[in-house]
Amino acid sequence: MQVLAIFIPLFAAIFIPLLFRHVRTIHTGWFVLIVPLLLVSYYVTFISRVMKGNDVLASFNWIPSLNISFISYLDGLSLLFSLLITGIGTLVVLYSIFYLDKTKEQLHNFYIYLLMFMTAMLGVVQSDHMITLYLFWELTSISSFLLIGYWFQRDKSRFGALKSMMITVAGGLFMLGGFVLLALMGGTYSIRELIAQAPQLMDEQYFVLALVLILLGAFTKSAQFPFYIWLPDAMEAPTPVSAYLHSATMVKAGIYLVARFTPIFAASEVWVWLVTGIGLLTLLWGSLFAVKQTDLKGILAFSTVSQLGLIMALLGASAIAYHVEDAANTMFKYAAFAAIFHLINHATFKGSLFMIAGIVDHETGTRDIRKLGGLMSIMPLSFTVALIGSLSMAGLPPFNGFLSKEMFLTAMLTLKDFELFEFSTWGILLLIVAVVASVFTFVYSFYFVFKTFTGKLQASELPQKPHEAPIGMLIAPMILAVLVVIIFFIPNLVGDVFIKPAVFAIQPFLYQDPFLSSSPGMIDITVEAWHGFKSPELWLTVCIFVVGAILFTTLGKWQKLYRVQPAKLSFNALYDFIMDGVLNRGMTNLSKHIMHGSVRHYLMYMFAAICFIVIGTLFYKDAFRISFKGAAPIELYQLILIIVLVLGTLTTLIARSRITAIVGLGAVGYTVALFFVMFNAPDLALTQLVIETISVALFLLVFYHLPRLGKMQEYTPFRFRRLAVSIGIGAMVTLLALSAHSQKLVESINKYYKDTVYTEAGGGNIVNVILVDYRGFDTLFEITVLGLAGMGIYAMIKLRLSRKEKIK
Amino acid sequence: MEIVMAFVCGFLFMAAIYLILSRSLLRIIIGTGLLSHGAHLLILTMGGLGGTAPPVLAEGVSDFADPIPQALILTAIVISFGVTAFILVLAYRAYQELKTDDTTAMKGSGIDD
Repeated sequence: MQVLAIFIPLFAAIFIPLLFRHVRTIHTGWFVLIVPLLLVSYYVTFISRVMKGNDVLASFNWIPSLNISFISYLDGLSLLFSLLITGIGTLVVLYSIFYLDKTKEQLHNFYIYLLMFMTAMLGVVQSDHMITLYLFWELTSISSFLLIGYWFQRDKSRFGALKSMMITVAGGLFMLGGFVLLALMGGTYSIRELIAQAPQLMDEQYFVLALVLILLGAFTKSAQFPFYIWLPDAMEAPTPVSAYLHSATMVKAGIYLVARFTPIFAASEVWVWLVTGIGLLTLLWGSLFAVKQTDLKGILAFSTVSQLGLIMALLGASAIAYHVEDAANTMFKYAAFAAIFHLINHATFKGSLFMIAGIVDHETGTRDIRKLGGLMSIMPLSFTVALIGSLSMAGLPPFNGFLSKEMFLTAMLTLKDFELFEFSTWGILLLIVAVVASVFTFVYSFYFVFKTFTGKLQASELPQKPHEAPIGMLIAPMILAVLVVIIFFIPNLVGDVFIKPAVFAIQPFLYQDPFLSSSPGMIDITVEAWHGFKSPELWLTVCIFVVGAILFTTLGKWQKLYRVQPAKLSFNALYDFIMDGVLNRGMTNLSKHIMHGSVRHYLMYMFAAICFIVIGTLFYKDAFRISFKGAAPIELYQLILIIVLVLGTLTTLIARSRITAIVGLGAVGYTVALFFVMFNAPDLALTQLVIETISVALFLLVFYHLPRLGKMQEYTPFRFRRLAVSIGIGAMVTLLALSAHSQKLVESINKYYKDTVYTEAGGGNIVNVILVDYRGFDTLFEITVLGLAGMGIYAMIKLRLSRKEKIK
Repeated sequence: MEIVMAFVCGFLFMAAIYLILSRSLLRIIIGTGLLSHGAHLLILTMGGLGGTAPPVLAEGVSDFADPIPQALILTAIVISFGVTAFILVLAYRAYQELKTDDTTAMKGSGIDD
């Protein structure tokens, strides 16, 4: 059942086209809504079990011969993600019912992709087997590709879809490499088993390589610096998709991966530096560039990039807990808690903000922030939701974003004083980055909400007359906004139910008995909104607010600074250069150079390859042998025949006239027949004589109609290559024949025929009996081939192209 | 004898490939003819050229030639005849329609490469 639950969305998707086609009066979304609703209630039943620390495991054998099975493993982390996927999924489907018009849109496409994504994402977070994890991982990339390109008639949608696909799939392939390395080192594909032997893995040779490869997968998926460039372009997707895939779930797959592999890799210094460093860099970069954007969804995209960086940095900091003694009593235990907490908070406030951006787009016809303004009085409900979401994102109380932002600052303050890995030198830099990024987060949050909803209404700039959204469309963002407030007031309940089990999955070694409230090894974290006047976090927050407010009010003056960056120096330009310059044009040129349509050249490549492979194999297997043992004696007339044969062949090579060449070929043919006579093959000799006679007659018939053999111009390099390839093939054949003659590795099977030809087949002429009896079918097909050739010849002679069809 | 035949086969193959890579249709066809001769002799040589009698059961004969390569070659001779005949007529018809037996000219451009 547990494994089946993953696939329920995919099964449901089968019925979507039918429903869409035949039940046109009801929006297809209402049927789809049932699926995530069912699933979310199913996963809720697991909460109490997982809260107590009981992991739930179910498996289904998929490819037993390769030892690949679907293992659904639900611990705190997986369950939290599963609930997010199905919970946000429910809200998003509800929202999409009002967002997508049932008469104008291809709803069946949309919902099939969406359900496919749901299955893929559930698979990613529940798979214990790394190969199935990888498969689901790529399926999320594919469904994301399809959803971004949903409005496929738009150029930008297709471009964005391709870009996201190229980057995330490339990352996925790196990740697969990392998985395979890890499995080779640990001897198992099961993540749980790998975690169990994590200390031994540390000393393996390829440990760091596997680590980096897996991180590449996580960073591309979670839009970390410098791979974030696909996420802004992915905003071409319908807004429900942006809210679902590109802020709440899919981009968090990378976060999930990092969290899941923390117990294996955290002991490595590289891991701590990479995850923390890239996370902070992304946080800063995303927040800086969010202010530059003029598209509402563009702001949110960069803000998502930035927030993902924040979570990543926290996970990196949480890994330090593996490097200090008595970790349970240091502040690093907070980092993992804060990461998960912020992940939940981000899903709530960013989900609601995306939906509001969609509503604004839907009701005014534009997402350009320069045209928007003054919508507060027209869309009061949307404004309220947007305000709650933005203030939470900015880190203001009384919203959940404040709590996790405080914890983030705590973690960064702790890092500052950390002694290991020279953090004490660099730590202050990390804190500065964190604070600057928070200031800009504050600025873009205000920028988003106030530029849209306050100020002067520019009614003439808007394509539509603005009005408040239908209530159905507002339900989903309102639910999320309410959660934003509720979580602020009950953070410790959320912590006990959802976060602590997940934290235990990230840092299992820290706690002996995490779920008993009285035990010393439990996860002892409480979230507090008020730290007291003496706490540095408070003053940092105040500082962020003040600087942020100043920067926001003077935004118009310094926003121009962004124009300084030339477009050619961006990562987007690099991507375009690789895709268009290197891959597209470069590969076209390369294939034009090699595949220019000349069959002769292709043949030459093939002959050269055959020659290379065969001689190479002979060399590699040390098979060059010349042995005279068992060789038949050479007789005089055989030598004469050889001379005739060589002369005949030479004639065909150098002949200037057609008839000479044909006579040369005939001479070779008759000589071969004589060889057959000499080597005790009378049947062959007879056949060869007959066939050769007919062939020569045929040649002479046709030759009458063919033009003279002129000397045809060949350019010199080709002549040399042609000669080299022919000599190579000749040498190869000679070597092969010598090698075959000189070492008989197995006994000939001809004894079987000799023994049975009379008793089994009742014949004396072994060759004939083999042909008509032992290999009768072969002979039958041979006759068929001959018949086909005859029919072909007849058709070619009889059929004529009409004058019109004639090739010019 | 086998050693000598190995070189003969190699020579036949070399000539065949050289002709097949030329531009004239007739030379290409002659090349395929040589190629099949070479292949037949190669199979025979690889099987061993010993044996004092044809592979026919007869009183008092025990050392006869290996029948298996012979059976293979017999099939191959017939097939190669079919192929040769087919491409000969193909060349003839192509010449009639296109007024050239130059494969490069058939491609449409004057000089390949």
